[in-house]
Amino acid sequence: MAETTQLTRHIDSYIHSSSTSTHQVSSLDAIGLLIKTNALTLEALVRELDVYLTSTDTVIRSRGILLLAEVLTRINSISLDSKTIHSLVGFFKERLADWKAVRGALVGCLELIRRKSDVGMVTGSDAKAIAQYFIQHLHFQSLGLYDRKLCFELLDCLLEHHADSVASLEEDLIFGFCAAIDAERDPECLMPAFHIVESLARLYPDPSGLFASFARDVFDLLEPYFPIQFTHTTSGDAHVHRDDLSRTLMNAFSSTPLFEPFVIPLLLQKLSSSLHSAKIDSLQYLRVCSSKYGAERIAKYVGAIWSSLKDTINTYLMEPNFSFTLAPTDGIDFPKNEVVIEALSLLQQLIVQNSSQLVSLIIDDKDVNFIINSIASYEMYDAVSVQEKKKLHVIGRILYIFAKTSIPSCNAVFQSLLLRMMDSLGFSVSNIDGLKNAGILASQSVNFGFLYLCIELLAGCRELVILSEEKPGTCFTILHSSSDFLFNSFCSVLAVSADRFPPDPDIYIGVKGLQILAMFNLDVFPIPKSTFENILKKFMSIIIEDFNKTILWNSTLKSLFHIGSLFQNFSESEKAMSYRSFVLDKTMELLSLDDISLPFSLKLEVLSDIGMTSMKNMLKILQGLEGAIFANLSEVHRNLTSYDTAVQLLECYSCKLLPWILENGGAEEFILQFSVDIWNQAGNCMDFNSPFEEKGLLDATMKAMKFSVGCCSEESQNVIILKSYSILSSRTNFQLNDVQRLPLTFEKYDISLRDEGILLLFASVIIALRPKTHVPNIRGILHLFIITLLKGVVPVAQALGSMVNKLISKSNGAEKSDELTLEEALHIIFNTKICFSSDNMLQICDGSINRNEIVLTDVCLGMTNDRLLQTNAVCGLSWIGKGLLLRGHEKIKDITKILTECLISDRNSSLPLIEGLDENNEEHKGDHLARKCAADAFHVLMSDAEDCLNRKFHATMRPLYKQRFFSSMMPIFLQLISRSDSSSSRYLLLRAFARVMSVTPLIVILNDAKELISVLLDCLSMLTEDIQDKDILYGLLLVLSGMLTEKNGQEAVIENAHIIINCLIKLVDYSHKTLVRESCIQCLVALSKLPHVRIYPLRTQVLEAISKCLDDTKRSVRNEAVKCRQAWASIASSRSLRF
Amino acid sequence: MVSGLINENPVIYERKQRQQRSTQSLPADEYTVEPIDQQEIFDHIRDIKDPEHPYSLEELKVITEEAVEVDDQKSYVRVTFTPTVEHCSMATIIGLCLRVKLLRSLPPRYKVDIRVAPGSHATEAAVNKQLNDKERVAAALENPNLVDMVDECLAPSFD
Repeated sequence: MAETTQLTRHIDSYIHSSSTSTHQVSSLDAIGLLIKTNALTLEALVRELDVYLTSTDTVIRSRGILLLAEVLTRINSISLDSKTIHSLVGFFKERLADWKAVRGALVGCLELIRRKSDVGMVTGSDAKAIAQYFIQHLHFQSLGLYDRKLCFELLDCLLEHHADSVASLEEDLIFGFCAAIDAERDPECLMPAFHIVESLARLYPDPSGLFASFARDVFDLLEPYFPIQFTHTTSGDAHVHRDDLSRTLMNAFSSTPLFEPFVIPLLLQKLSSSLHSAKIDSLQYLRVCSSKYGAERIAKYVGAIWSSLKDTINTYLMEPNFSFTLAPTDGIDFPKNEVVIEALSLLQQLIVQNSSQLVSLIIDDKDVNFIINSIASYEMYDAVSVQEKKKLHVIGRILYIFAKTSIPSCNAVFQSLLLRMMDSLGFSVSNIDGLKNAGILASQSVNFGFLYLCIELLAGCRELVILSEEKPGTCFTILHSSSDFLFNSFCSVLAVSADRFPPDPDIYIGVKGLQILAMFNLDVFPIPKSTFENILKKFMSIIIEDFNKTILWNSTLKSLFHIGSLFQNFSESEKAMSYRSFVLDKTMELLSLDDISLPFSLKLEVLSDIGMTSMKNMLKILQGLEGAIFANLSEVHRNLTSYDTAVQLLECYSCKLLPWILENGGAEEFILQFSVDIWNQAGNCMDFNSPFEEKGLLDATMKAMKFSVGCCSEESQNVIILKSYSILSSRTNFQLNDVQRLPLTFEKYDISLRDEGILLLFASVIIALRPKTHVPNIRGILHLFIITLLKGVVPVAQALGSMVNKLISKSNGAEKSDELTLEEALHIIFNTKICFSSDNMLQICDGSINRNEIVLTDVCLGMTNDRLLQTNAVCGLSWIGKGLLLRGHEKIKDITKILTECLISDRNSSLPLIEGLDENNEEHKGDHLARKCAADAFHVLMSDAEDCLNRKFHATMRPLYKQRFFSSMMPIFLQLISRSDSSSSRYLLLRAFARVMSVTPLIVILNDAKELISVLLDCLSMLTEDIQDKDILYGLLLVLSGMLTEKNGQEAVIENAHIIINCLIKLVDYSHKTLVRESCIQCLVALSKLPHVRIYPLRTQVLEAISKCLDDTKRSVRNEAVKCRQAWASIASSRSLRF
Repeated sequence: MVSGLINENPVIYERKQRQQRSTQSLPADEYTVEPIDQQEIFDHIRDIKDPEHPYSLEELKVITEEAVEVDDQKSYVRVTFTPTVEHCSMATIIGLCLRVKLLRSLPPRYKVDIRVAPGSHATEAAVNKQLNDKERVAAALENPNLVDMVDECLAPSFD
């Protein structure tokens, strides 16, 4: 009983449409659920609804019927017996005539038709009855959009699911459809409507049957829709895309060959339309229709299509790119154009389908014949007129498609056109054998046009060979016999002499031709091995000799790269062998040969490009490179050139080859060996002078070492670190094992240059290690690093930072007795006592009693009197801090505390002026420098480092660490700045905060824009004083301009508009950096968009300042000034000439 | 008075490719002076719209880069423009636009001289005199209709 009342409530809430739509939907769902759970039968529901279904009030009746229909959609998975379905069909069918309640009837019918056979389907006769009723009683045009859409869907479903039973309606059905689609314009209705055409065509396929007699009428209705074009952009969620609708119409067009007499003429006509989309659509439709209609029906149109295709390509084909890229291209490279692509694919379709017809068309074509007959006159690219050049390009593209599409068409064009061209150039086919031995052609017989077309033909033919496994017979024979001739002609284009310097396109043609000849595939290829080898020889001779002709040289190198990449998978083939012996080995020889004039940087370019062709080649190149590096390293002291050479080789290794290896994988063994060898070299240099004393070379070696180690796996890294540790401990004066026990005297750490080199190299290994790699004697190393850090060796500080970044924390549960945890390491770093026995002597010891003993942080705070020491300590601390910050460790708070204490400790005010004035000045300078270093330490903390602590070197990085750090530091800084009373500490605090702000993601800054803006402006005005701060200044300006342009920041900006403008006006003539002035003016432009009430009072001031910028020394600033002036001048309409 | 356009069917020329200047990014270049030159002046005025057609003066070849003479040392610039038809009554408006645009874009030290190309206009001398008469230019800019027209023509050149 309770269910009945519940049901009545649901029904009421739906029918009396007073409730909200979500409410109504939930009522429907509830009723559906009742039926699904068998709490309610459909009969009971109908009985309950009885009053509504038969009510005379049209609103209530229509709601009632709609409710029943909607309930049906919700129980489409519930099986219904055939009797129920039959009576439902009967009911809804009758209601179709009731136009006031038609929505419900349509939804109901549609739902019934859609039912699957396993849950009870509508019978054929019922379906037919619905269709009949539907056609007779519905007046489509008078219905609303959604109802019309339902109508089309209903018809579509009927044809889809009950085609056989509906088919007997014959004429009525087609008439009904025609009446429905007439004047329909809504894309949503057209989608199913077009689909109905397809179904109708499928239903009556007989060429002389029913549909044939109506084809004209149906097509007349469809024709106006082509090409699909939306005049209004659709809004709303259920919109149909133009492309989808166009595709559906295309399917309707191509649905039956019966449309052919109407469709093709229409498409041909529209092809000449000026509307871009019409052209593309016509080409697409033509392609699909011709494949659907079949060769026979299309045959009569081929001529017409051919000529309009030629026209279209002629109009839309752009100038080709005569340049080589590393990305492979076949044939000549043209800029992508949709129309051309579609046109060419239509052509391809036709060639496949109506092959013989097309072949005879092209052979007899007057444009083609014109080009071929006058080919002799196209000697050089520049000599061809623009019109004919265009024709040449079009014919080239068409020939390319012919050659690539099918074997018969390929043979045909080779046989007739290529030979004819050669004839018209005066090389008859019979002469070819003679030409073979004729050697290089005289330069006047070089012919651009001929070679251009040859390339397109060859490229097409090559693709055909790749795609189809068969060998095309005739064209191979021709190619085989003329390959030497072609080789010689391409070479002769490249022949450069004093009186003849070919323009770029000719060079391109020559190189490209040789490349395509060489790239003919492997063993099935018709080019004899000797020709292939000749090509490689030619290329290598260009590489070695013609390096001063940049374009030729670069193209040749790229070609060699392409050829080499081709053999990547066929390393055992005959041609790959020749490539190795002619190119790879020659390249290796380049390294050792000093007598050739090819500049060394170009040699390296060749080396890396050839190496990148395949892993195998790369390994070989790497070996050669390694040999050369070590040979040069040992020569460094005797020979200045080998110093440069070694640096360049190392750079090439770390910047070009290593990234490639990293991407392609697999050369780790080599990298490992290489790193170990460098260490051997470093160790061996003990007895004589080390090559690493030289700064540039040391940097290059460190870089190579860092990148190599970074690429390696943990196992290899373990090997390298052991090796390097053994060198470090045995070959230097550092006493790693004693360092923990003995209080060491300063003398022992007076590092020799050689020791420093090895230490730096070791630090670069540490920087690049993975977190899990085991470091031997880590305590000793930590001590060593702390001491050397105080000597000002920055990479050591970076290595220390990397170590604390990667060590396993105790909290992570890795309790291995021998592994040092992060906490222990931090204890060592921050609690190891450094002893100062006298003036500058420093010692390190644990727990020894010394009145001068202090720890690292004390040094940072300036407890010693040595300011340089303090600076070094602060710098070191910043890198350690960075390591901790990245992993989100708590200790960073202590570090920033020390740094900020450094900033605010103004010693000068407390130091009594007892010593001499000069001395005090010196002292002052040093102190300031150390504190400035502390301010800049914040830059180290926040910015992304290139040299260490990044993804490449496996740093542990916590997401959003910058944001976190900024939010924790901001209140501290704001408070300190507002409290600071001495000018120097205020300067340093602002400077430090400026450093932090300029690298923080803008989005965080925007959140606190209000509080930050005044500090930001303080920073800006303060930083103008020192030239060296110009980069920080620029960074801050970028932050400000971010605030001005983002919505979030604008509120804060509006309030402070006048102080911002005043600050910016002072900056517009900042003479030390153009970018500062430029972005300052841009900020002013952005400010002019603010509400006029706020900014109007400042207008005159801004305009005065800007008019000075019109006379700036830099053009970019002047241009910005003109814009800014206009923006500010037009705030108020003014008749004045100046403003 | 004929109410139609003065030149109904002007010839449209192609725009010249914007030359990319080699940008100065070297730190050593920070203090070197880049003088105002022909191309810079031309860039200021090339996009001014013709008063009666939706084309720029450059597209109509009313002005060309060669027609700009500039001497940065002497703070002097002269622009010679060629009206599309000899009897063009828009010549004065075009001249006015050029003058206003240059006054707004160049530093105050500059003297701007605008003139019609010799032989290109029926009342050449009168137009030249009108365009270079300070008083008359100032007076013209007091006229709200003229100022609106000038502003409309200048709008695209500020983008």
